[in-house]
Amino acid sequence: MATPEGSAIKALPAAKATPWTDPNAKAYVQLDHITKSFGDLKAVDDVSLKIYKGEIFCLLGASGCGKTTLLRMLGGFETPSSGRIFIDGEDMTGVPPYERPVNMMFQSYALFPHMNVEQNVAFGLKQDRVPKAEIKERVATMLDLVKLGDFGKRKPDQLSGGQRQRVALARSLVKRPKLLLLDEPLGALDKKLREHTQFELISLQDKLGVTFVVVTHDQEEAMTLASRIGVMNHGEIVQAGTPSEIYEFPSSKFVADFIGSVNIFEGKLIEDEPEYVRIASPELGATIYVSHGISAAPEATVWAAVRPEKVFMSTAPPEGPDNVVRGAVQDIAYLGDLSIYLVKLPTGKVVRVTQPNTSRHAEAISWDQQVYLSWDATSPVVVTR
Amino acid sequence: MRRVPLAERFGISGRGLVALLPYLWLMLFFVVPFVIVLKISFADVDLAIPPYTPLVQWTEKNVLAIKLNFNNYEFLFTDKLYINAFLNSIKVAFLSTLLCLIVGYPMAYGIARSKPTTRNFLLLLVILPFWTSLLLRVYAWIGLLKANGVINNVLISVGLIHEPLTMLYTPFAMYVGIVYSYLPFLILPLYANLEKMDWQLLEAAEDLGCKPWQAFYKITLPLSRNGILAGSMLVFIPAVGEFVIPALLGGPNALMIGRILWDEFFSNRAWPVASAVAILLLLLLVPFMMWYQSIQARESAGTR
Repeated sequence: MATPEGSAIKALPAAKATPWTDPNAKAYVQLDHITKSFGDLKAVDDVSLKIYKGEIFCLLGASGCGKTTLLRMLGGFETPSSGRIFIDGEDMTGVPPYERPVNMMFQSYALFPHMNVEQNVAFGLKQDRVPKAEIKERVATMLDLVKLGDFGKRKPDQLSGGQRQRVALARSLVKRPKLLLLDEPLGALDKKLREHTQFELISLQDKLGVTFVVVTHDQEEAMTLASRIGVMNHGEIVQAGTPSEIYEFPSSKFVADFIGSVNIFEGKLIEDEPEYVRIASPELGATIYVSHGISAAPEATVWAAVRPEKVFMSTAPPEGPDNVVRGAVQDIAYLGDLSIYLVKLPTGKVVRVTQPNTSRHAEAISWDQQVYLSWDATSPVVVTR
Repeated sequence: MRRVPLAERFGISGRGLVALLPYLWLMLFFVVPFVIVLKISFADVDLAIPPYTPLVQWTEKNVLAIKLNFNNYEFLFTDKLYINAFLNSIKVAFLSTLLCLIVGYPMAYGIARSKPTTRNFLLLLVILPFWTSLLLRVYAWIGLLKANGVINNVLISVGLIHEPLTMLYTPFAMYVGIVYSYLPFLILPLYANLEKMDWQLLEAAEDLGCKPWQAFYKITLPLSRNGILAGSMLVFIPAVGEFVIPALLGGPNALMIGRILWDEFFSNRAWPVASAVAILLLLLLVPFMMWYQSIQARESAGTR
């Protein structure tokens, strides 16, 4: 099967754009009603999911939400209590890890300490009895790709954290798996290196066309890496979608709150029309006008979520009466590129506002100053749970 | 002027003083006796108390002669008995070490992979025999292995055998005794090594295509190399000079160097020959001890 090294670099699949919107698109990885119980605890609860070829799919959730268990089931390290897993059309549910066309990059990297970098990367190929000359060539190509060409003879304990991460990546990619699983791939790196590595990871994935499933608790990481994000909570995928879908159109309070920061106002539907709704929120002390219809029972309790960057702050009263409140600045955090203001409303509710510092000499809003907060009618997201 | 503590005036710091104590101890109870034994090994047998000729002697007026007698050593290499005993000791120690490894490795592995709560209990079981004297435990084996002992009685009553098996005073009994007695010395260092192992490495190996046994062979075994060597040395080194177990459980053919030493010293009152045997035994074991030391140093340095 001596394929030339270049063949690993495939053209991107044409359907890369948005295969999940096409109902006829064939899923590359399919989870079919997967449940995994440990004793009484359901770590993964009836998850069904389709992942398409060439995607970077991020499983995002707090620790203990079941994302790692789900990943380990894809890798074959856990067997689902019920449900089936298909990879490239084949049923992989009970197949052990060493027979799956899947490789995993472990959170701890799990580099073999008694082998040098080359031996680590060559390990999987040797196991498959790939001819020696081909192993040498593929290892060298892979190490060049992760920019570790000169480090082949080093032992893992002679490498920095970032270098170890790249060895682990090379080792899991060199077998050209159909699916690469990454468990918190950047978790052990410091912030600067993490940002840099994120983009490297994306370009590498682009080059090789391997489908990635990434587990992370870091929403920023998920937003940067992912083609789609699956937000997990209590063993369920509560929402799956592109980063912007997840951010701009969260389907529940949990998702809205989990991704980024958000102001959530509880209220009652008082006007429910196809083109707009109006919500009375005692918590806010004003009515919220939203310029699109929603599907909810009349008089139902709903929540309006407004992102801090979509709240305008002014000293002069804007047009009202909807979507306008008055409050006092309670706290200011200056972050350089933007500032975060915490504005306390007369009802006691604190609203978070972020404003970009576009001018070096902007008129400063200071502590305890009375300000008006307002937002566009398109800004609030109304969720019913 | 600053008042200088007494010790410091002699160039000894407080820290040095602490280190000095164990050195003094070793000096007094290892080096001095060793030098005495070395001295005796160069003497000749004499009907005296103690039963050997002095090393330094006034032979005639104003002549102080140092007499080094190498005959003892030559004797050891000419009489087949000693060489055979040495070789046999090494063979017994080697086989015992191997048996200990075969029995002990799975035990150490099992303990290292068990839950922390059960782990402590299992470790306690390994250490528990030390609470009784070795002699008592070896005698207990006599009770188990003898012709009308526990094992034979059980086998006969079950109907598996009709006549008692001869187990006591055979090489079998000796190996059972040695493996039983030294097993903890192999398990404990091996456990300490395996306990540090990152088990995720095995998952990584399986992920890269290894079946579980291949992962064990390619990852666990090489990574536990230092533990295997350290444990093996701790069994091998004392087993070479083992006296009590072969004397009590082994038959008359169990000719080991410890037995020879005893016979020469107490039965023949040939102190010089016995000393020469002891010195040779030590010389034989020094390389192994140094090897063990270097393994320990590597292990504590954390490199593999």
